[in-house]
Amino acid sequence: MAASETLALDVRRLRAEFPVLTRQVGPGVPLIYLDSAATSQKPRAVIQAMSSFYEKHNSNIHRGIHALAEEATEAYEAARARVAQFVHAGDPRSLIFTRNTTEAINLVAHTWARMALGPGDMILLTEMEHHSNLVPWQMLAAEKGLVLEFVPVTDAGVLDLNVYSSLLSRGPRLVAFSHMSNVLGTINPVGQMTAAAHAAGAKVLIDAAQSVPHLPVDVEDLEVDFMAFSGHKMCGPTGVGVLYGRLELLEAMPPFLGGGDMIKRVHLRSFVANDVPHKFEAGTPAIAEAIGLGAAVDFLTSVGMPAVRQAEETLVGYALDRLAEVPGVRVLGPEAEQRGGVASFTFEGIHPHDIAQLLDRQGIAVRAGHHCAMPLHERYGVPATTRASFYLYNTTEEIDSLIAGLYKVKEIFN
Amino acid sequence: MDDLYREVIIDRYKNPRMRGVLDPHDYTYQDDNPLCGDQIRVDLRVDENDKISEAAFSGSGCAISLASADLLVESVVGKTLDEVKQLGKEDILEMLGIELGPVRLKCALLSLKVMKAGVYGIEALEEELG
Repeated sequence: MAASETLALDVRRLRAEFPVLTRQVGPGVPLIYLDSAATSQKPRAVIQAMSSFYEKHNSNIHRGIHALAEEATEAYEAARARVAQFVHAGDPRSLIFTRNTTEAINLVAHTWARMALGPGDMILLTEMEHHSNLVPWQMLAAEKGLVLEFVPVTDAGVLDLNVYSSLLSRGPRLVAFSHMSNVLGTINPVGQMTAAAHAAGAKVLIDAAQSVPHLPVDVEDLEVDFMAFSGHKMCGPTGVGVLYGRLELLEAMPPFLGGGDMIKRVHLRSFVANDVPHKFEAGTPAIAEAIGLGAAVDFLTSVGMPAVRQAEETLVGYALDRLAEVPGVRVLGPEAEQRGGVASFTFEGIHPHDIAQLLDRQGIAVRAGHHCAMPLHERYGVPATTRASFYLYNTTEEIDSLIAGLYKVKEIFN
Repeated sequence: MDDLYREVIIDRYKNPRMRGVLDPHDYTYQDDNPLCGDQIRVDLRVDENDKISEAAFSGSGCAISLASADLLVESVVGKTLDEVKQLGKEDILEMLGIELGPVRLKCALLSLKVMKAGVYGIEALEEELG
């Protein structure tokens, strides 16, 4: 237990950093926020970094000669360097700021994939993908005559790696999958799957929207070609996300959106694209948000990502145990060791909308629906689930409240 | 008892009065709300004066959507099709006796949407065919 003691989070102290956690959602009803897989709450340091930028340094970046422009540029690029360091990317130029994970995946679809793939080429996805890692490929497949294949999800909620191997033997050009499922919580073996994909000659993109906020992620150790994630799920603001790409791939890719900042020079009928990463950042970016994301990774680094992961594994293990006690509750997905801080469940005879609504009356924020993963819900034969998701500021007492809340829901429906 | 889940809603959800299918029927329509997977079908029989003589609903969904379907279907028996067309959001909310946010409003209004689509759709078709 010595190791776990050294990693233990001081949750009380951490919670004090998140102003919203002190609010009530009704008279005498404190907020119990169990929806961090949708978006995380923001610590004071992030909120302050953004207001401080607007109060003291606000300016556009990269072109101005004045003091504020230089400060803003420096802060924006420093944020890029800190986020790069956070995911262990050796060169900050391999990080492109986007709006979110969705835009980062679309960027790859519109540039690398559109350039490199042609009729009959195969993209390998999985049944557990979020719509943001399905629809961009469906759109490109329709345009270019590509073939989409899917790694199935087993009843235990993990990818069927035998089928994965046989699909790889058909020579996909790209394998794109989530590091961690936003519904099942499943943490996929990215390193192993990437090595196999590379051996089969495919490039690899991972949707890390749920993993980078919750686990230590070393992008160079995983050896993926592309990785997408969002700022707002990792204590940062909305409006900023990240695409990591291997530098030699990014350099060979055509630009994404055209406009200011992505060019070196422009003539009436032609342009010369800027260097990486600016080539992919057309127009004024979300400057304050990028700076906020820089503050978020500083915050997470100070807490320590191994400690975050350990705390969440404990929380989700506790949640699985407690949910198993409630008659009629069925949790989708694997055991705690293979799972991030997510528990999606069905509750016999009660629709998720009703569950979420009645929990909300008790101050408990969960999510009900298909969580942007309709095909996965079809796979399990359920139209919708109720999802509780956890982050570093959650406590086992809050899970106890969730369980008590579910008993109240049952009482109302009985 | 939670005030949003008034007794009438839970009661109608658990013991629907109007659940079933009418075969044959004069009007039928089915639709779903893909956001939450709610699915509702409404069947109507009308007399020679276009007055609804029998009505039933079937499908699956949350308590709000199924309770409003039951209440709506019960309320239209004896009404003319023209009167059904006049029904709106307020009528449903009045039957439920609650206020709803935008997401749950879609649940509450699904059965009305289905019923109106059935009535308008088939009538429009009949007019077209003369």
